[in-house]
Amino acid sequence: MLHPLIAPDPAYVLLPKQGNSVSVGSVAQEAPAAAPRVAARRAGVAAWAPYLQVTPLTALFLLFLAVPIVTIVVVSFWDYDTVRVIPDMLLTNYRELLESPVTWRTYGNTLRYATMVWALTLAIGFAVAYFLAFHVQSVTWQMALFLLCTIPFWTSNIIRMISWIPFLGRNGLLNTTLIDLGVIREPLEFLLFSDFAVVLAYVHLYALFMVVPIFNSMMRIDRSLIEAARDAGASGSQIVRHVVLPLCKPGIAIGSIFVVTLVMGDFVTVRLMSGGQSASVGLMMANAMSLLQYPAAAANAVVLLLVVLAMVAGMLRIVDIRREL
Amino acid sequence: MHTATRRSRSFYPLAVFFGLFVVFLYGPMSTIIILSFQGPDGGLTFPMNGMSLHWFRNLFETQAVGDFGGAFQRSLALGLIVMVVTVAVSFMAGLAFRHRFRGASVVFYLAVASLIVPSILISLGIGLMFNILGWQPAWYSSGLGAHLSWTLPFGLLIMFAVFNRFDRAYEEAARDLGATPWQTIRHVVLPILAPSLVGVGLFGFTLSYDEFARSLMTAGSFNTLPLEIYGMTTNVTTPVLYALGTVTTVFSFAVIAMAIIAVQVIRHRRARRGSDAGRAV
Repeated sequence: MLHPLIAPDPAYVLLPKQGNSVSVGSVAQEAPAAAPRVAARRAGVAAWAPYLQVTPLTALFLLFLAVPIVTIVVVSFWDYDTVRVIPDMLLTNYRELLESPVTWRTYGNTLRYATMVWALTLAIGFAVAYFLAFHVQSVTWQMALFLLCTIPFWTSNIIRMISWIPFLGRNGLLNTTLIDLGVIREPLEFLLFSDFAVVLAYVHLYALFMVVPIFNSMMRIDRSLIEAARDAGASGSQIVRHVVLPLCKPGIAIGSIFVVTLVMGDFVTVRLMSGGQSASVGLMMANAMSLLQYPAAAANAVVLLLVVLAMVAGMLRIVDIRREL
Repeated sequence: MHTATRRSRSFYPLAVFFGLFVVFLYGPMSTIIILSFQGPDGGLTFPMNGMSLHWFRNLFETQAVGDFGGAFQRSLALGLIVMVVTVAVSFMAGLAFRHRFRGASVVFYLAVASLIVPSILISLGIGLMFNILGWQPAWYSSGLGAHLSWTLPFGLLIMFAVFNRFDRAYEEAARDLGATPWQTIRHVVLPILAPSLVGVGLFGFTLSYDEFARSLMTAGSFNTLPLEIYGMTTNVTTPVLYALGTVTTVFSFAVIAMAIIAVQVIRHRRARRGSDAGRAV
């Protein structure tokens, strides 16, 4: 890429930020006597109120995120038999996990899914967001089409997966149509219960997580930058490559983090769409959990968490997203 | 003129691509809606074998396909609780994050972590925690917590975006007129932010209503609706599955429509009363 994204986002600097800067100063000037009292009261409130306001959120995150993760780490060192878990301090779970070639194959397969889905959703997400942000001129249409894209996100993922079955199945819509058209003689078997179906379902489910943040980044791009590039003689593709793309990197990064972490942790899609023929890390964990092998699942969970965190950290090293939040 | 020159380059191919994307999003969903009206002898794929409401009737006969009614009620109740808690907790946290306070970045990173930690880990972790403490997991305790760990980060990030665009002059004005902090929130901040809070509520409800992975080990002995649907995918081979899909999808659309209508009503009422609340948002 041409520009390292560490440079401040020009669009963000140029656009006037709404609110926040209005009239506080002028109020103080008009009523100098009242100003210290207001300031003091504000300071008094500011001192303890934020802590009180943020307590429920913090408590919920500690109870339902931090403690469970600590529990997983602790249990990953425990022993187990067929019915229960036994407190212990073993490395056996990790040794069995890391020494098994199945584990490595499964992680490899999951990473392969993540890479393919990431590349596809990025291409689709960028094109869709670009169309919405730069080609749809009326704001009403822009919002209507954006809503059209987002609505499926609010419906059940499992239903959206099942809905591919009548389309892709052996006697499904696609196969019968192709046979009727004389394109193929035998139904295509790879359409359903295959890696193809898994990746298709992932793209179907998660493309939106790419569209929304990229669209958001694109809407923040100052249109005068595009005009300037055009006046300076840049072609359409050069503008996309050297102006739009660099300014979209935070959105791309956020979308990528969503897509990659969702695919890395998934097990339902793989189970339903591969018909049990493919494996993923999440599925491996879910299987261990259904056999009550919680410490084994916990060790796997710790490894998965480290892999996911390393991937996210890698993406954040390339792109600084803090400005976007 | 300007529009025309811009369109000539890449508008049409991109418009076609966008159209295909929309078909890709909605196409499969519409096939199962059509297939759910299969005749009593119809199968899981085309062709349609007559038209009937047979599978919808079948769906509401409890004994035939497990406990659809009960699962729906649990998911509805859980979604509503998650919605209320998400709106209240995110709003309060959003207020807090307008000030500097110690530990702000820790809370922020907890929220981000909650988004990127795979759902199955949350499920396993909360399940294990309840197991070790000897508590019985149930949809209204462990299930509620698991869902909140997914909805709260979204709620918080939306509140960040909302408060970023919120004009604090309104609050200053209220304060200068002698309003107490509580009155300022009740009569100034809340009305201005009402449409955004409806949005947060919609996120909270639908994310919970559709959540599967986080419910897996936390829902306890009674299934929520997505767990019930998932169970059906493995042992139901009739279009009743599509009927269920149609019913839940229509319900989801109804919820979205209600949220949009609620926002419109708020806007309309403001316009009618001539209030300028919300103009800054």
